[in-house]
Amino acid sequence: MVERSEEVKLLGMWASPFSRRVEIALTLKGVPYEFSEQDITNKSPLLLQSNPVHKMIPVLLHNGKPISESLVILEYIDDTWQNNPILPQDPYDRAIARFWARFLDEQVYVTAMKVVGKVGEEKDAAVEATRDLLKLLEKELVGKDFLGGESLGFVDIVATLVAFWLMRTEEVVGVKVVPVEMFPEIHRWVKNLLDVDVIKKCIPPEDEHLDYIRARMESLKLKSV
Amino acid sequence: MVTGDVKLIGSWASVFVMRARIALNLKSISYEFLQETYGTKSELLLKSNPVHKKIPVLIHDDKPVCESNIIVQYIDEAWSSYGLSILPSQPYDRAIARFWAAYVDDKWFIALRSILTARGEEEKKAAIAEVEERTDHLEKAFIECSNGKPFFNGDHIGYLDIALGSFLGWWKVVELDANHILLDETKTPSLFQWAERFCNDPDVKPLMPETTKLAEFARKLFPKPQA
Repeated sequence: MVERSEEVKLLGMWASPFSRRVEIALTLKGVPYEFSEQDITNKSPLLLQSNPVHKMIPVLLHNGKPISESLVILEYIDDTWQNNPILPQDPYDRAIARFWARFLDEQVYVTAMKVVGKVGEEKDAAVEATRDLLKLLEKELVGKDFLGGESLGFVDIVATLVAFWLMRTEEVVGVKVVPVEMFPEIHRWVKNLLDVDVIKKCIPPEDEHLDYIRARMESLKLKSV
Repeated sequence: MVTGDVKLIGSWASVFVMRARIALNLKSISYEFLQETYGTKSELLLKSNPVHKKIPVLIHDDKPVCESNIIVQYIDEAWSSYGLSILPSQPYDRAIARFWAAYVDDKWFIALRSILTARGEEEKKAAIAEVEERTDHLEKAFIECSNGKPFFNGDHIGYLDIALGSFLGWWKVVELDANHILLDETKTPSLFQWAERFCNDPDVKPLMPETTKLAEFARKLFPKPQA
Protein backbone atom coordinates (compact mmCIF):
# COMPACT_ATOMS: atom_id res chain seq x y z
CA MET A 1 0.00 0.00 0.00
CA VAL A 2 1.31 3.42 -0.87
CA GLU A 3 1.14 5.93 1.96
CA ARG A 4 -0.40 9.35 1.39
CA SER A 5 2.96 10.93 2.18
CA GLU A 6 4.76 9.04 -0.61
CA GLU A 7 5.52 11.28 -3.52
CA VAL A 8 6.79 9.77 -6.73
CA LYS A 9 7.62 12.02 -9.65
CA LEU A 10 9.23 11.04 -12.93
CA LEU A 11 11.08 13.58 -15.04
CA GLY A 12 10.88 11.99 -18.44
CA MET A 13 10.27 12.30 -22.13
CA TRP A 14 7.43 10.59 -23.95
CA ALA A 15 9.51 9.24 -26.84
CA SER A 16 12.51 8.06 -24.82
CA PRO A 17 12.94 4.31 -24.30
CA PHE A 18 14.84 5.02 -21.09
CA SER A 19 12.00 7.08 -19.69
CA ARG A 20 9.30 4.60 -20.80
CA ARG A 21 11.06 1.67 -19.15
CA VAL A 22 10.76 3.43 -15.79
CA GLU A 23 7.05 3.98 -16.45
CA ILE A 24 6.65 0.28 -17.22
CA ALA A 25 8.26 -0.64 -13.91
CA LEU A 26 6.19 1.81 -11.87
CA THR A 27 2.98 0.72 -13.60
CA LEU A 28 3.80 -2.97 -13.14
CA LYS A 29 4.06 -2.37 -9.41
CA GLY A 30 0.99 -0.18 -9.22
CA VAL A 31 2.98 2.80 -7.95
CA PRO A 32 1.12 6.08 -8.56
CA TYR A 33 3.41 8.75 -9.95
CA GLU A 34 3.37 12.20 -11.43
CA PHE A 35 4.88 12.37 -14.88
CA SER A 36 6.65 15.58 -15.78
CA GLU A 37 7.39 15.87 -19.50
CA GLN A 38 10.80 17.46 -19.97
CA ASP A 39 12.01 19.54 -22.88
CA ILE A 40 15.52 18.24 -23.38
CA THR A 41 16.39 21.11 -25.71
CA ASN A 42 15.58 23.55 -22.94
CA LYS A 43 16.30 21.80 -19.66
CA SER A 44 14.24 22.76 -16.64
CA PRO A 45 15.82 23.99 -13.39
CA LEU A 46 14.33 20.94 -11.67
CA LEU A 47 16.05 18.58 -14.09
CA LEU A 48 19.37 20.37 -13.80
CA GLN A 49 19.10 20.39 -10.04
CA SER A 50 18.03 16.73 -9.81
CA ASN A 51 20.66 15.37 -12.16
CA PRO A 52 23.52 17.88 -12.12
CA VAL A 53 26.08 15.29 -13.24
CA HIS A 54 24.43 14.11 -16.49
CA LYS A 55 21.57 16.60 -16.91
CA MET A 56 19.52 13.83 -18.55
CA ILE A 57 16.18 12.14 -18.22
CA PRO A 58 14.85 9.96 -16.76
CA VAL A 59 15.12 11.09 -13.16
CA LEU A 60 12.92 9.56 -10.51
CA LEU A 61 12.12 11.75 -7.52
CA HIS A 62 10.94 9.78 -4.52
CA ASN A 63 9.86 12.02 -1.67
CA GLY A 64 12.06 14.69 -3.24
CA LYS A 65 15.19 12.52 -3.44
CA PRO A 66 16.50 12.12 -6.99
CA ILE A 67 17.68 8.91 -8.63
CA SER A 68 19.22 9.03 -12.12
CA GLU A 69 20.27 6.51 -14.77
CA SER A 70 17.47 4.21 -15.93
CA LEU A 71 19.04 0.91 -14.86
CA VAL A 72 19.79 2.33 -11.41
CA ILE A 73 16.20 3.59 -11.23
CA LEU A 74 14.79 0.19 -12.19
CA GLU A 75 16.77 -1.53 -9.44
CA TYR A 76 15.70 1.15 -6.97
CA ILE A 77 12.05 0.60 -7.88
CA ASP A 78 12.47 -3.14 -7.42
CA ASP A 79 14.25 -2.66 -4.06
CA THR A 80 11.62 -0.22 -2.78
CA TRP A 81 8.33 -1.73 -3.98
CA GLN A 82 8.66 -5.45 -3.60
CA ASN A 83 5.38 -6.62 -5.14
CA ASN A 84 5.54 -7.96 -8.71
CA PRO A 85 9.34 -8.32 -8.68
CA ILE A 86 11.16 -7.29 -11.82
CA LEU A 87 14.49 -8.94 -11.10
CA PRO A 88 14.61 -12.67 -10.37
CA GLN A 89 15.12 -13.80 -6.77
CA ASP A 90 18.05 -16.16 -7.31
CA PRO A 91 21.48 -14.40 -7.20
CA TYR A 92 22.75 -16.18 -10.29
CA ASP A 93 19.64 -15.36 -12.32
CA ARG A 94 19.96 -11.74 -11.15
CA ALA A 95 23.55 -11.63 -12.38
CA ILE A 96 22.46 -12.96 -15.77
CA ALA A 97 19.61 -10.42 -15.96
CA ARG A 98 21.99 -7.57 -15.13
CA PHE A 99 24.43 -8.84 -17.74
CA TRP A 100 21.82 -8.76 -20.51
CA ALA A 101 20.53 -5.36 -19.43
CA ARG A 102 24.03 -3.90 -19.72
CA PHE A 103 24.49 -5.68 -23.05
CA LEU A 104 21.34 -4.09 -24.40
CA ASP A 105 22.23 -0.58 -23.28
CA GLU A 106 25.98 -0.60 -23.92
CA GLN A 107 26.17 -2.75 -27.04
CA VAL A 108 22.82 -3.05 -28.83
CA TYR A 109 21.64 0.52 -28.28
CA VAL A 110 24.99 2.12 -29.15
CA THR A 111 25.40 0.04 -32.32
CA ALA A 112 21.77 0.49 -33.37
CA MET A 113 22.11 4.27 -33.08
CA LYS A 114 24.76 4.10 -35.79
CA VAL A 115 22.19 2.61 -38.17
CA VAL A 116 20.19 5.80 -37.81
CA GLY A 117 23.13 8.16 -37.76
CA LYS A 118 25.27 6.86 -40.62
CA VAL A 119 24.89 6.47 -44.37
CA GLY A 120 26.18 4.16 -47.09
CA GLU A 121 28.83 1.59 -46.17
CA GLU A 122 28.99 2.72 -42.56
CA LYS A 123 25.26 2.23 -42.26
CA ASP A 124 25.49 -1.28 -43.76
CA ALA A 125 28.24 -2.16 -41.32
CA ALA A 126 26.10 -0.89 -38.44
CA VAL A 127 23.17 -3.01 -39.61
CA GLU A 128 25.38 -6.11 -39.73
CA ALA A 129 26.84 -5.38 -36.31
CA THR A 130 23.40 -4.83 -34.80
CA ARG A 131 22.16 -8.11 -36.26
CA ASP A 132 25.16 -9.98 -34.82
CA LEU A 133 24.31 -8.65 -31.38
CA LEU A 134 20.60 -9.42 -31.77
CA LYS A 135 21.40 -13.02 -32.70
CA LEU A 136 22.45 -13.46 -29.08
CA LEU A 137 19.08 -12.22 -27.89
CA GLU A 138 17.37 -14.48 -30.43
CA LYS A 139 19.16 -17.45 -28.87
CA GLU A 140 18.09 -16.40 -25.38
CA LEU A 141 14.43 -16.45 -26.40
CA VAL A 142 14.33 -20.05 -27.62
CA GLY A 143 11.77 -21.94 -25.54
CA LYS A 144 10.80 -18.83 -23.58
CA ASP A 145 7.83 -16.51 -23.79
CA PHE A 146 9.83 -13.61 -22.39
CA LEU A 147 13.49 -12.85 -21.74
CA GLY A 148 12.55 -13.08 -18.08
CA GLY A 149 11.12 -16.58 -18.61
CA GLU A 150 7.41 -17.19 -18.19
CA SER A 151 6.61 -13.60 -17.48
CA LEU A 152 7.89 -10.11 -18.16
CA GLY A 153 11.07 -9.21 -16.27
CA PHE A 154 13.97 -6.81 -15.98
CA VAL A 155 15.58 -7.75 -19.29
CA ASP A 156 12.26 -7.54 -21.18
CA ILE A 157 11.68 -4.05 -19.81
CA VAL A 158 15.15 -2.94 -20.89
CA ALA A 159 14.78 -4.74 -24.23
CA THR A 160 11.66 -2.74 -25.11
CA LEU A 161 14.20 -0.47 -26.78
CA VAL A 162 14.58 -3.20 -29.38
CA ALA A 163 10.87 -4.01 -29.68
CA PHE A 164 9.47 -0.49 -29.84
CA TRP A 165 12.33 1.72 -30.88
CA LEU A 166 14.81 -0.19 -33.03
CA MET A 167 12.08 -2.19 -34.74
CA ARG A 168 9.84 0.83 -35.19
CA THR A 169 12.71 2.79 -36.73
CA GLU A 170 12.93 0.25 -39.53
CA GLU A 171 10.03 1.91 -41.32
CA VAL A 172 11.73 5.26 -41.19
CA VAL A 173 15.31 4.12 -41.74
CA GLY A 174 14.26 2.03 -44.73
CA VAL A 175 16.23 -1.04 -43.66
CA LYS A 176 14.71 -4.12 -42.10
CA VAL A 177 17.33 -4.46 -39.41
CA VAL A 178 15.36 -7.23 -37.67
CA PRO A 179 13.70 -9.28 -40.45
CA VAL A 180 11.33 -12.00 -39.26
CA GLU A 181 13.11 -14.69 -41.30
CA MET A 182 16.33 -14.01 -39.42
CA PHE A 183 14.74 -13.33 -36.03
CA PRO A 184 11.55 -15.39 -35.62
CA GLU A 185 11.96 -15.61 -31.82
CA ILE A 186 12.32 -11.87 -31.41
CA HIS A 187 9.19 -11.30 -33.49
CA ARG A 188 7.32 -13.84 -31.40
CA TRP A 189 8.53 -12.10 -28.26
CA VAL A 190 7.31 -8.70 -29.49
CA LYS A 191 3.84 -10.21 -30.02
CA ASN A 192 3.97 -11.59 -26.46
CA LEU A 193 4.91 -8.14 -25.16
CA LEU A 194 2.00 -6.53 -26.98
CA ASP A 195 -0.36 -8.88 -25.14
CA VAL A 196 0.76 -7.50 -21.79
CA ASP A 197 -1.51 -4.68 -20.53
CA VAL A 198 1.27 -2.75 -18.84
CA ILE A 199 3.26 -2.69 -22.07
CA LYS A 200 0.29 -1.57 -24.16
CA LYS A 201 -0.33 1.20 -21.67
CA CYS A 202 3.25 2.41 -21.43
CA ILE A 203 4.74 2.42 -24.91
CA PRO A 204 4.49 5.58 -27.04
CA PRO A 205 1.51 5.65 -29.43
CA GLU A 206 2.75 4.30 -32.75
CA ASP A 207 1.74 7.05 -35.18
CA GLU A 208 3.03 9.93 -33.11
CA HIS A 209 6.14 7.94 -32.38
CA LEU A 210 6.88 7.31 -36.06
CA ASP A 211 6.34 11.00 -36.84
CA TYR A 212 8.73 11.91 -34.08
CA ILE A 213 11.39 9.44 -35.28
CA ARG A 214 11.04 10.72 -38.84
CA ALA A 215 11.52 14.30 -37.68
CA ARG A 216 14.57 13.37 -35.62
CA MET A 217 16.13 11.49 -38.52
CA GLU A 218 15.65 14.50 -40.77
CA SER A 219 17.43 16.72 -38.29
CA LEU A 220 20.25 14.15 -37.95
CA LYS A 221 20.66 14.06 -41.74
CA LEU A 222 20.82 17.85 -41.83
CA LYS A 223 23.52 17.81 -39.15
CA SER A 224 25.70 15.27 -40.98
CA VAL A 225 25.59 17.06 -44.33
CA MET B 1 29.04 -23.15 5.63
CA VAL B 2 29.78 -24.60 2.22
CA THR B 3 30.84 -22.05 -0.35
CA GLY B 4 30.93 -24.40 -3.33
CA ASP B 5 33.61 -24.48 -5.98
CA VAL B 6 34.81 -20.97 -6.80
CA LYS B 7 37.18 -19.99 -9.59
CA LEU B 8 38.13 -16.56 -10.86
CA ILE B 9 39.64 -16.01 -14.30
CA GLY B 10 41.73 -12.87 -14.27
CA SER B 11 45.01 -11.03 -14.27
CA TRP B 12 47.11 -9.38 -11.55
CA ALA B 13 47.10 -6.08 -13.45
CA SER B 14 43.40 -5.71 -14.08
CA VAL B 15 41.34 -3.17 -12.14
CA PHE B 16 38.17 -5.08 -12.90
CA VAL B 17 39.60 -8.38 -11.69
CA MET B 18 40.73 -6.69 -8.48
CA ARG B 19 37.15 -5.67 -7.76
CA ALA B 20 36.07 -9.30 -7.76
CA ARG B 21 39.02 -10.36 -5.61
CA ILE B 22 38.41 -7.67 -2.99
CA ALA B 23 34.77 -8.75 -2.79
CA LEU B 24 35.77 -12.40 -2.35
CA ASN B 25 38.24 -11.36 0.37
CA LEU B 26 35.55 -9.36 2.15
CA LYS B 27 33.43 -12.49 2.32
CA SER B 28 36.41 -14.74 3.15
CA ILE B 29 35.67 -16.96 0.17
CA SER B 30 38.52 -19.21 -0.96
CA TYR B 31 38.84 -19.48 -4.69
CA GLU B 32 41.16 -20.76 -7.37
CA PHE B 33 42.71 -17.86 -9.26
CA LEU B 34 43.27 -18.67 -12.93
CA GLN B 35 45.78 -16.15 -14.23
CA GLU B 36 45.35 -15.37 -17.93
CA THR B 37 48.51 -14.86 -19.96
CA TYR B 38 48.68 -11.40 -21.52
CA GLY B 39 48.13 -11.57 -25.26
CA THR B 40 46.21 -14.84 -25.25
CA LYS B 41 42.76 -15.95 -24.17
CA SER B 42 42.32 -19.35 -22.58
CA GLU B 43 39.72 -21.88 -23.75
CA LEU B 44 37.96 -21.57 -20.42
CA LEU B 45 37.70 -17.78 -20.77
CA LEU B 46 36.29 -18.02 -24.29
CA LYS B 47 33.81 -20.65 -23.18
CA SER B 48 32.78 -18.82 -20.00
CA ASN B 49 32.41 -15.36 -21.52
CA PRO B 50 31.61 -15.98 -25.17
CA VAL B 51 29.91 -12.60 -25.59
CA HIS B 52 32.73 -10.30 -24.45
CA LYS B 53 35.69 -12.70 -24.05
CA LYS B 54 36.95 -10.52 -21.20
CA ILE B 55 38.18 -10.95 -17.66
CA PRO B 56 37.13 -11.15 -14.88
CA VAL B 57 34.86 -14.17 -14.98
CA LEU B 58 33.72 -15.72 -11.73
CA ILE B 59 32.82 -19.39 -12.01
CA HIS B 60 30.73 -20.63 -9.10
CA ASP B 61 29.90 -24.34 -9.23
CA ASP B 62 30.60 -24.24 -12.97
CA LYS B 63 28.25 -21.29 -13.56
CA PRO B 64 29.99 -18.23 -15.01
CA VAL B 65 29.28 -14.63 -13.95
CA CYS B 66 30.73 -11.80 -16.06
CA GLU B 67 31.27 -8.04 -15.71
CA SER B 68 33.10 -6.84 -12.59
CA ASN B 69 30.32 -4.80 -10.96
CA ILE B 70 27.85 -7.59 -11.63
CA ILE B 71 30.28 -10.09 -10.10
CA VAL B 72 30.66 -7.93 -6.97
CA GLN B 73 26.88 -7.75 -6.55
CA TYR B 74 26.62 -11.49 -7.14
CA ILE B 75 29.23 -12.16 -4.45
CA ASP B 76 27.27 -9.95 -2.05
CA GLU B 77 23.98 -11.70 -2.80
CA ALA B 78 25.16 -15.32 -3.12
CA TRP B 79 27.07 -15.13 0.15
CA SER B 80 24.84 -12.64 1.92
CA SER B 81 25.25 -14.37 5.28
CA TYR B 82 29.06 -14.22 5.08
CA GLY B 83 30.99 -11.26 6.43
CA LEU B 84 29.78 -7.71 5.97
CA SER B 85 27.42 -6.33 3.35
CA ILE B 86 29.07 -4.94 0.25
CA LEU B 87 26.08 -2.96 -1.02
CA PRO B 88 24.45 -0.52 1.43
CA SER B 89 21.29 -1.76 3.10
CA GLN B 90 18.93 1.11 2.21
CA PRO B 91 17.48 1.24 -1.34
CA TYR B 92 18.33 4.92 -1.79
CA ASP B 93 21.94 4.45 -0.66
CA ARG B 94 22.22 1.47 -2.98
CA ALA B 95 20.97 3.59 -5.86
CA ILE B 96 23.53 6.30 -5.12
CA ALA B 97 26.32 3.72 -4.90
CA ARG B 98 25.24 2.18 -8.22
CA PHE B 99 24.95 5.59 -9.85
CA TRP B 100 28.49 6.58 -8.93
CA ALA B 101 29.94 3.17 -9.76
CA ALA B 102 28.44 3.55 -13.24
CA TYR B 103 29.91 7.08 -13.41
CA VAL B 104 33.35 5.73 -12.50
CA ASP B 105 33.23 3.27 -15.40
CA ASP B 106 31.35 5.29 -18.01
CA LYS B 107 32.89 8.73 -17.47
CA TRP B 108 35.82 8.81 -15.08
CA PHE B 109 37.73 5.75 -16.30
CA ILE B 110 37.28 6.73 -19.94
CA ALA B 111 38.88 10.09 -19.17
CA LEU B 112 41.73 8.48 -17.22
CA ARG B 113 42.47 6.06 -20.03
CA SER B 114 42.46 8.83 -22.62
CA ILE B 115 45.51 10.31 -20.90
CA LEU B 116 47.40 7.13 -21.75
CA THR B 117 46.16 7.06 -25.32
CA ALA B 118 46.55 10.80 -25.94
CA ARG B 119 48.58 11.78 -28.97
CA GLY B 120 50.49 14.98 -28.42
CA GLU B 121 50.52 17.56 -25.66
CA GLU B 122 47.23 19.24 -26.54
CA GLU B 123 45.26 16.01 -26.31
CA LYS B 124 47.02 15.08 -23.10
CA LYS B 125 46.26 18.43 -21.49
CA ALA B 126 42.59 18.15 -22.44
CA ALA B 127 42.42 14.61 -21.04
CA ILE B 128 44.03 15.73 -17.78
CA ALA B 129 41.56 18.58 -17.42
CA GLU B 130 38.68 16.16 -17.93
CA VAL B 131 40.01 13.76 -15.29
CA GLU B 132 40.42 16.63 -12.84
CA GLU B 133 36.87 17.80 -13.41
CA ARG B 134 35.46 14.30 -12.98
CA THR B 135 37.60 13.58 -9.92
CA ASP B 136 36.12 16.71 -8.45
CA HIS B 137 32.65 15.18 -8.90
CA LEU B 138 33.88 12.09 -7.06
CA GLU B 139 35.16 14.22 -4.18
CA LYS B 140 31.63 15.60 -3.78
CA ALA B 141 30.23 12.08 -4.11
CA PHE B 142 32.52 10.92 -1.32
CA ILE B 143 31.39 13.66 1.02
CA GLU B 144 27.73 12.90 0.20
CA CYS B 145 28.02 9.12 0.55
CA SER B 146 30.42 8.75 3.45
CA ASN B 147 28.51 11.12 5.73
CA GLY B 148 31.58 11.70 7.88
CA LYS B 149 32.63 8.06 7.91
CA PRO B 150 35.93 6.72 6.53
CA PHE B 151 34.60 5.08 3.36
CA PHE B 152 31.99 5.70 0.64
CA ASN B 153 30.13 2.78 2.18
CA GLY B 154 30.49 4.07 5.75
CA ASP B 155 32.48 2.25 8.39
CA HIS B 156 33.89 -0.40 6.10
CA ILE B 157 34.65 -0.65 2.40
CA GLY B 158 31.79 -1.44 0.06
CA TYR B 159 30.60 -1.46 -3.53
CA LEU B 160 31.58 2.07 -4.50
CA ASP B 161 34.87 1.99 -2.59
CA ILE B 162 35.74 -1.16 -4.52
CA ALA B 163 34.59 0.27 -7.85
CA LEU B 164 36.81 3.35 -7.57
CA GLY B 165 39.54 2.12 -5.26
CA SER B 166 40.56 -0.72 -7.57
CA PHE B 167 41.83 1.99 -9.91
CA LEU B 168 44.35 3.35 -7.44
CA GLY B 169 47.28 1.36 -8.81
CA TRP B 170 46.60 2.56 -12.35
CA TRP B 171 45.79 6.06 -11.08
CA LYS B 172 49.39 6.32 -9.84
CA VAL B 173 50.76 4.89 -13.09
CA VAL B 174 48.84 7.44 -15.15
CA GLU B 175 50.09 10.24 -12.87
CA LEU B 176 53.64 9.16 -13.60
CA ASP B 177 52.95 8.93 -17.31
CA ALA B 178 51.28 12.35 -17.41
CA ASN B 179 53.85 13.84 -15.04
CA HIS B 180 50.91 15.51 -13.32
CA ILE B 181 49.24 14.91 -9.97
CA LEU B 182 45.80 13.41 -10.51
CA LEU B 183 44.82 12.78 -6.89
CA ASP B 184 45.62 16.06 -5.25
CA GLU B 185 45.74 16.35 -1.46
CA THR B 186 44.71 20.02 -1.60
CA LYS B 187 42.12 19.86 -4.40
CA THR B 188 40.38 16.64 -3.32
CA PRO B 189 41.44 16.12 0.30
CA SER B 190 38.67 13.68 1.22
CA LEU B 191 39.44 11.40 -1.70
CA PHE B 192 43.15 11.64 -1.05
CA GLN B 193 42.75 10.46 2.52
CA TRP B 194 40.20 7.85 1.56
CA ALA B 195 42.68 6.46 -0.97
CA GLU B 196 45.26 5.87 1.72
CA ARG B 197 42.74 4.17 3.97
CA PHE B 198 41.47 2.04 1.10
CA CYS B 199 44.94 0.84 0.10
CA ASN B 200 45.71 -0.10 3.68
CA ASP B 201 42.57 -2.15 4.11
CA PRO B 202 43.63 -5.76 4.82
CA ASP B 203 41.31 -7.11 2.11
CA VAL B 204 42.86 -4.76 -0.45
CA LYS B 205 46.54 -4.47 0.45
CA PRO B 206 47.75 -7.85 -0.82
CA LEU B 207 46.01 -7.28 -4.17
CA MET B 208 47.21 -3.78 -5.06
CA PRO B 209 49.89 -4.17 -7.74
CA GLU B 210 53.27 -2.63 -7.20
CA THR B 211 53.61 0.65 -9.13
CA THR B 212 56.87 -0.11 -10.96
CA LYS B 213 55.64 -3.48 -12.12
CA LEU B 214 52.33 -1.98 -13.26
CA ALA B 215 54.06 0.93 -15.03
CA GLU B 216 56.17 -1.55 -16.95
CA PHE B 217 53.03 -3.46 -17.94
CA ALA B 218 51.35 -0.20 -18.94
CA ARG B 219 54.14 0.52 -21.39
CA LYS B 220 53.36 -2.81 -23.08
CA LEU B 221 49.62 -2.13 -23.18
CA PHE B 222 49.91 1.52 -24.25
CA PRO B 223 53.05 1.77 -26.34
CA LYS B 224 54.17 5.27 -27.11
CA PRO B 225 54.01 6.23 -30.80
CA GLN B 226 57.43 6.58 -32.43
CA ALA B 227 58.67 10.18 -32.34
